[in-house]
Amino acid sequence: MIPGRFTYHRPGSVGEAVKLLASLGEEARPLAGGHSLIPMMKLRLAQPEHLVDLGKLGLKGIRAEGADIVLGAITTQAEIIDSALLRERAPILQEAAQVIADPQVRYQGTIGGNVANGDPGNDMPGLMLCLDARYSLTGANGSRQVAARDFYEAAFFTKLQPGEILTEIRFAAPAAGHGWAYEKLKRKIGDYAVAAAAVVLTMSGGKCNGASIALTNVAQTPLLAADAAKALIGTAVDDAAIDAAAKAAIAISDPTTDTRGPVEYRRSVLGVMVRRAIARAKTRAR
Amino acid sequence: MSNPAKTRVTINVNGKDLSAEIEPRTLLIHFLREHHNLTGPHIGCETTHCGACTVDLDGRSVKSCTLFAVQAEGAKVVTIEGMANADGSLHPLQAAFAEHHGLQCGFCTPGMITRAYRLLQENPNPTDEEIRFGIAGNICRCTGYQNIVKAIRSAAQVMAGQPRKEAAE
Ligand SMILES: Cc1cc2nc3c(=O)[nH]c(=O)nc-3n(C[C@H](O)[C@H](O)[C@H](O)COP(=O)(O)OP(=O)(O)OC[C@H]3O[C@@H](n4cnc5c(N)ncnc54)[C@H](O)[C@@H]3O)c2cc1C
Ligand code: FES
Ligand code: FES
Repeated sequence: MIPGRFTYHRPGSVGEAVKLLASLGEEARPLAGGHSLIPMMKLRLAQPEHLVDLGKLGLKGIRAEGADIVLGAITTQAEIIDSALLRERAPILQEAAQVIADPQVRYQGTIGGNVANGDPGNDMPGLMLCLDARYSLTGANGSRQVAARDFYEAAFFTKLQPGEILTEIRFAAPAAGHGWAYEKLKRKIGDYAVAAAAVVLTMSGGKCNGASIALTNVAQTPLLAADAAKALIGTAVDDAAIDAAAKAAIAISDPTTDTRGPVEYRRSVLGVMVRRAIARAKTRAR
Repeated sequence: MSNPAKTRVTINVNGKDLSAEIEPRTLLIHFLREHHNLTGPHIGCETTHCGACTVDLDGRSVKSCTLFAVQAEGAKVVTIEGMANADGSLHPLQAAFAEHHGLQCGFCTPGMITRAYRLLQENPNPTDEEIRFGIAGNICRCTGYQNIVKAIRSAAQVMAGQPRKEAAE
């Protein structure tokens, strides 16, 4: 399987890259790790005439900026797993990155590509909804910020305009002592989720005083499960509260029947993932 | 669609600079196999699943069927052909795979060994569980993995200078 023909460009700065994308027009696509794009090109699901490689734009790295954590778009999943900063401040990213594909894919696939791709099967977008992350997008006419919670419109449709590059991702580090979990059911290594859930919560005096829940691959876009999170607030996160949260998550899900199973099964699995993620997050909260 | 110009790409493979005039769409696996006769890395699935095409690129294991050779311009690549020592003696991983029956048909072996090589660079003393997690991107349809895990564990011991355990433990 060989992809269609294209011209390859390797700009050395963001400015140069957006200028190139603007002049090349709609038939040009950014190339990051290539681990979603190249498989799609092999299948002719994508046939860009120009690829603009983002590898040399200096968009790599993970840093703390005050209360925020900032991830450069070209940071790989493997670099996320290795990051001491994330281990301390936002370990949920590492838990999610570890269930993405396999080691080789994680060395190559980038966080920016994962969230910009728009595939409902991607794991990082749900996490970004959970963490209320913001994406920095730069085009020929300047830069703007879009909240992850507003970014996803439908499968493979996002707020990213042709010619724009996602340069970095920023979110407020969850409160110290927060509990977290990313639970995903997949049929095998290298498979996308049947259903997955991201949970971040905080406890105080035995009661939950903050919670955020998001869902992966159970609709055209990742979903923020606001009612599910609300069902936990003020409770001891006991069985009844967890049950209510799982029901609220299932209620907003809209999966399709595919090779991963029929709708009823995927919704049922979603409930299990939400329950497990909440229970585990609770045991980790301090 | 226009026919984009070929470009010259140079990649350091197993310590030697190798170049070729290629189309940008040429995958790294084809650069290695078709242009330089390095047929150690295999093509199993072409869909980024099996790991038979795994090579080491700038200190990372990558599936060379899912990387354009132009992306590897200037990089350092190690393939199975570069694993043996300069005097021709086998790398401890190669020796351990032979000794512990870590292969049957051998199709997955070049990818398995290059992946295990990087795994042991990063984690010289892995548990069996860490070995299994670390080679999860490499499929073997013959061995059932038991002897592959055993071989990698044994090679780790040899590389750490510990005495070898008996093959039939
Ligand atoms: C076998 C296999 C299994 C996988 N399993 C999973 C899984 O379980 N979960 C999961 O989440 N992912 C999975 N993936 C996908 C993988 O994580 C990809 O690496 C990721 O989706 C895309 O990142 P990339 O850097 O490879 O992007 P690319 O493939 O280079 O790009 C993807 C798309 O995003 C665009 N793009 C990339 N970066 C930017 C940017 N900075 N700005 C604007 N546009 C950009 C590209 O133009 C392209 O349209 C799997 C991939 C494989 C091959
Ligand atoms: S041939 Fe590359 S992963 Fe199978
Ligand atoms: S030895 Fe035959 S596929 Fe592994």
